[in-house]
Amino acid sequence: MKPHTLSVLVENKAGVLSRVTGLFSRRGFNIESLAVGPCEIPGMSRITIMVIADDNKIEQIMKQLNKLIDVIKVSDLTDNERVERELALIKVTAEQGSSRAEIMQVATIFRASIVDVSPKSLILQVIGDSDKIDALETLLRQYGVKEFVRTGTIGILRGSKTVAPGK
Amino acid sequence: MKTGAKILVESLQREGTEIIFGYPGGVVLPIYDELYDSSLRHILVRHEQAAAHAADGYARASGRVGVCLATSGPGACNLVTGIATAYMDSIPMVALTGQVPTSLLGNDAFQESDITGITMPITKHNYLVKETADLSRVVKEAFYIAGTGRPGPVLIDIPKDVSTTSVKDVPVPEKVELRGYNPTYHGHKRQIEKALNLIAAAERPVIYAGGGVILSNASAELLSVATQMGIPITTTLMGLGAVPGDHPLNLGMLGMHGTEYANFAITECDLLFAIGVRFDDRVTGRTETFAANAKIIHIDVDPAEIGKNKRVDIPIVGDVKSVLTDMLTCMKKTAGHEAWIKKIRHWKQHHPLKCPDDGRLHPQFVIRQLSELLDGNGVIVSEVGQNQMWTAQHYCFKHPRTWITSGGLGTMGYGLPAAMGAHFARPDVPVFDVAGDGSIQMNIQEFGTIAAEKIPVKIAILNNQYLGMVRQWQELFYDRRYSFTELPAVDFVKIAHAYGIEGIRVESPDEVKPALQAAIDCPGPFVLDFRVEREENVFPMVPAGAAINEMIGGHPR
Ligand SMILES: Cc1ncc(C[n+]2csc(CCOP(=O)(O)OP(=O)(O)O)c2C)c(N)n1
Ligand SMILES: [Mg+2]
Repeated sequence: MKPHTLSVLVENKAGVLSRVTGLFSRRGFNIESLAVGPCEIPGMSRITIMVIADDNKIEQIMKQLNKLIDVIKVSDLTDNERVERELALIKVTAEQGSSRAEIMQVATIFRASIVDVSPKSLILQVIGDSDKIDALETLLRQYGVKEFVRTGTIGILRGSKTVAPGK
Repeated sequence: MKTGAKILVESLQREGTEIIFGYPGGVVLPIYDELYDSSLRHILVRHEQAAAHAADGYARASGRVGVCLATSGPGACNLVTGIATAYMDSIPMVALTGQVPTSLLGNDAFQESDITGITMPITKHNYLVKETADLSRVVKEAFYIAGTGRPGPVLIDIPKDVSTTSVKDVPVPEKVELRGYNPTYHGHKRQIEKALNLIAAAERPVIYAGGGVILSNASAELLSVATQMGIPITTTLMGLGAVPGDHPLNLGMLGMHGTEYANFAITECDLLFAIGVRFDDRVTGRTETFAANAKIIHIDVDPAEIGKNKRVDIPIVGDVKSVLTDMLTCMKKTAGHEAWIKKIRHWKQHHPLKCPDDGRLHPQFVIRQLSELLDGNGVIVSEVGQNQMWTAQHYCFKHPRTWITSGGLGTMGYGLPAAMGAHFARPDVPVFDVAGDGSIQMNIQEFGTIAAEKIPVKIAILNNQYLGMVRQWQELFYDRRYSFTELPAVDFVKIAHAYGIEGIRVESPDEVKPALQAAIDCPGPFVLDFRVEREENVFPMVPAGAAINEMIGGHPR
């Protein structure tokens, strides 16, 4: 079992997301992360799904995804050179004083930006792969993470190759 | 200007629909009003489940798309088992449901249920139509999706206001264009060549053919391939009728209740040529031992079926008929595999299916008599359980689409409504529903439909006063503890009479043939209540999880 990143190009229609996720839940798979948004083709959206499963289970699920009428194309990015990014917003307890300064140092190391400041808390915005985000969240925990939101990973192939309709 | 209801009915007719099975209710009133003076035939069933099964039976017998119609909420929910049954067996069907008006969607309005959500995993695709102007396009797409590629049911949910709203006549597109749906019909040339080479090199080949052959109307091509290359054929439950039951190369059904010789042949073959099948667990038994020493070629129109349960050496994605036709054109005649065929003939002689002959009324005997009488000229539908397996084993099917059964889902109560549907596809031949006393009571209300519509379906009930198949498992694997499987005797003839249907009870073997003949000769529906041996078992049998050559109830080897 290993993590797979699937890129799924779909018609941007009501119900598509539940058709897609239904195929995973029916097989008892937990989706680790999911991100959806419109893409370069009018009327279509791209879904990036991260899921942990055997290679043959993934092959079966990709075939099943391909059978959905509203799915245009499915690609497994896992074994390809790719860029993966996720954005997270972290609200940390930060009273005036030494901890606030420390948090701002940690933010600099992670190239996170401070996007909101209030007397008792800070909001950090960080972009990276999921490991980097996990690491930052772990570090910040000692100060008190009040809320942690992440977008889910999105992925794209390096070079000129694309996940586009047709072959 | 036309109302949605009118557009719907016209669209159905444009798709060639001649009959729909349905049941009315509040939100489909506008559609029913349109049907009132339409030339489209409508059959009023007594339960929506029967409407779905009837549309499915019609589709299986005719090869066309079946259509059913129900109201929202309870009506739509009653279709669910029928839709799931069609989905599991890849049957082309369009299910139409009414829905609460768009303004009330999601409000828990009276008789609202999210039927597109409910049927998502049991339809090939489904639609919730929100604009009347979309209706004609959606109907066209639905028929196209249902009937092409790997067929399956498509549901269209139509809110009441979509039916009542009038719009300007919208032109219907000539062709359906769906960016995400392009089934592959033609097999890859190189793969076909490789397959032919593998077949030519094989010493002990077997064809394992299934419902895909029937769906693709490829019986003739299958038989040509088999006879030209001298390859024995075994079929799945769904594939019965694809090749004549009495053809010398036919080994009958394989799997859990398959013939011993079919299962032996699979176990000993060196090449398995799988055609329109899906390696279901009821067929393979323990998968590791299924055709363990064979190379495998697999043709299927659905790429997701290839390699799903068993590793395949040569996958060929494509329509069975198209691929077999291509094979026939590049095929060189190969040796007749004499030694192998001789070995199989020996098995056939020494391991025939058993039919007890002790003066008592055995269900197998009833099926054999029916088979003799009809001689291939009829459509046989079954319920689920022992009745289904005995029919599959002992009836000699001679033509495709003359055997109609719920294979994948195993839906008790399927038979009678499916037989009603089959009659409208094949009014020229007798249609029999071979039933169990348990199954028939799951949709027995359809006696009302066949009586009212004078549908001449013949119902042959193998009445063992048990949920026989479950009782058999209890006998064999649960120490004869018959937990809730005994059914008190029911006088089915009396029930038939209450509906104005003729019927007779049969209690001894010599009454069987005259009774069947009486049913065939009767111009209307007919009920036969066969009081068969109560604790008869279906043999041979592969216990769950065993290898398919490890059968019980067969002949000593
Ligand atoms: C709707 C449904 N419920 C339960 C079952 C489980 N089941 C399979 S066979 C069977 C017994 C069928 O009894 P009957 O119709 O009398 O047929 P017999 O086996 O006695 O020929 C049952 C309960 C089923 N297949 N379908
Ligand atoms: Mg019974």
